[in-house]
Amino acid sequence: MRDFPAFDDPGSVQGAAPILCASGVRFHAGGSALIDGIDLTLAPGRITVVMGANGAGKSLLLRLLHGLILPDSGSVLWRGRPLDRAARAAQAMVFQRPVMLRRSVLANLRFALAVQGVRGAERTRRAVQALSRANLADLAHRPARVLSGGEQQRLALARAMAGAPELLFLDEPTASLDPASTQAIETQIRDARASGVTVVLVTHDLGQARRLGDDLVFLHAGRVAEAGPLHATLARPHSAALRAWVEGRLFLDTSCAT
Amino acid sequence: MNGFSGVLGQAFGLILAWDADLVAIIGLSLRVTLSAVVIACLVGLPLGAVVGAFRFPGRVLADLLLNALMGLPPVVVGLLVYLMLSASGPLGPLALLYTPTAMIVAQTILVTPIIAALTRQAIRDLDREYDEQFQSLGVGPVARVAALLWDARFSLLTVALAGFGRAVAEVGAVLIVGGNINHVTRMMTTAIALETSKGNLQLALALGVVLLALALVVNAAVMAVRGLAVRAAHA
Ligand SMILES: Nc1ncnc2c1ncn2[C@@H]1O[C@H](COP(=O)(O)OP(=O)(O)OP(=O)(O)O)[C@@H](O)[C@H]1O
Ligand SMILES: [Mg+2]
Repeated sequence: MRDFPAFDDPGSVQGAAPILCASGVRFHAGGSALIDGIDLTLAPGRITVVMGANGAGKSLLLRLLHGLILPDSGSVLWRGRPLDRAARAAQAMVFQRPVMLRRSVLANLRFALAVQGVRGAERTRRAVQALSRANLADLAHRPARVLSGGEQQRLALARAMAGAPELLFLDEPTASLDPASTQAIETQIRDARASGVTVVLVTHDLGQARRLGDDLVFLHAGRVAEAGPLHATLARPHSAALRAWVEGRLFLDTSCAT
Repeated sequence: MNGFSGVLGQAFGLILAWDADLVAIIGLSLRVTLSAVVIACLVGLPLGAVVGAFRFPGRVLADLLLNALMGLPPVVVGLLVYLMLSASGPLGPLALLYTPTAMIVAQTILVTPIIAALTRQAIRDLDREYDEQFQSLGVGPVARVAALLWDARFSLLTVALAGFGRAVAEVGAVLIVGGNINHVTRMMTTAIALETSKGNLQLALALGVVLLALALVVNAAVMAVRGLAVRAAHA
């Protein structure tokens, strides 16, 4: 279905100018349309959950929205203007597979802050603060690349948050975390939202989606199969793909997308 | 002449006696080679990093050029530097021909493309890994090159050692522009060539032993650096 209903829940910000606006975004590779005409607007201060099967295009969509790759057609506008380096600096992304510099945990944070123009003692202060918030203070002087997968994910989130972004992309940030770390990260995401950060969260965890999400975008084969306020949409899914997903069935038929 | 073992014994005798001629030759060799490697690093590291880290029109050409220059035949470099520095050449008035400076110039020309090409490869591999994270953070071009150079520091150390190994064993270029003048431009490799042809085998072999030992030291250093890198989770 191409025309999904407009967001109709009262908390949705019909009036507020969208912080990010994608229209008609397409991306091809290897002869197939991986992202096939996606329209999407992000209202400020909300958490948009992106869900969909493996290979549906969630990570690609995040890359396109963040401006890491350019769409073959369509546009992504940040506050009404094309994405540039300054726009990206106001955003942050936690990748599905964290990339750590070959430096200590602390140095990784200091690097991100240095790029943001934070200097001297202030840089160290904020780096140390971010580490203790992520509960990584004990590991400050370890090489970042020897941290466990989960620790690296926590460090990646701490690094993303250290720059005080306005928009935060999180690609499965709790995928390999234990329950305690997952809870800690969910708290950080809620805190971020409370301080006005807009969040786009990819997750496979329906419970997490329900705990955190305001809006839902459900992807199927590179298209938005369904989108809207999260709780209402999950309660009454229109598309066969989302219905199957909610019921825990594997949905392989691609015809619903057209 | 009393056979190979006799010559070998005399050669070690020269080394153990710290023979003055031998020491002078080794000293000049190290001075020339180290100078050339330092200059080649100053040029080749940033050059390789820029070619490795950025996409720009003509990058394929730059890659090709660096690879081709890496295989420059030393005698051709020697000939070109000779033509530049000879009395009738454009740089003739500087009177640099047959001086250690001329040899440094020739070795620098030989080693810079090697350093640059190996640096480019190390930096490009690292950049593939870092690229999206750097883009996401909004890292500018200068900070990007600096960060890549710093994070590749262990590989780059082995690159510099490879450049040193190549330069110290080189003979053709320094022979042409240095002239192998006793006490002025006589290096280990050129002395070996000359002393062998004169039949002065013990000095030639003594120098050969020193060269081999140097090669061993360089390779041990490379291994040590790799070990360090692994321990610092750099591999
Ligand atoms: N550069 C590329 N070239 C070719 N195909 C690509 C490229 N990048 C992604 N793909 C393909 O696009 C599809 C979507 O990839 P993407 O990483 O967005 O999936 P995803 O929804 O994030 O899946 P997962 O839940 O497994 O993370 C996949 O089938 C992938 O193989
Ligand atoms: Mg993904």
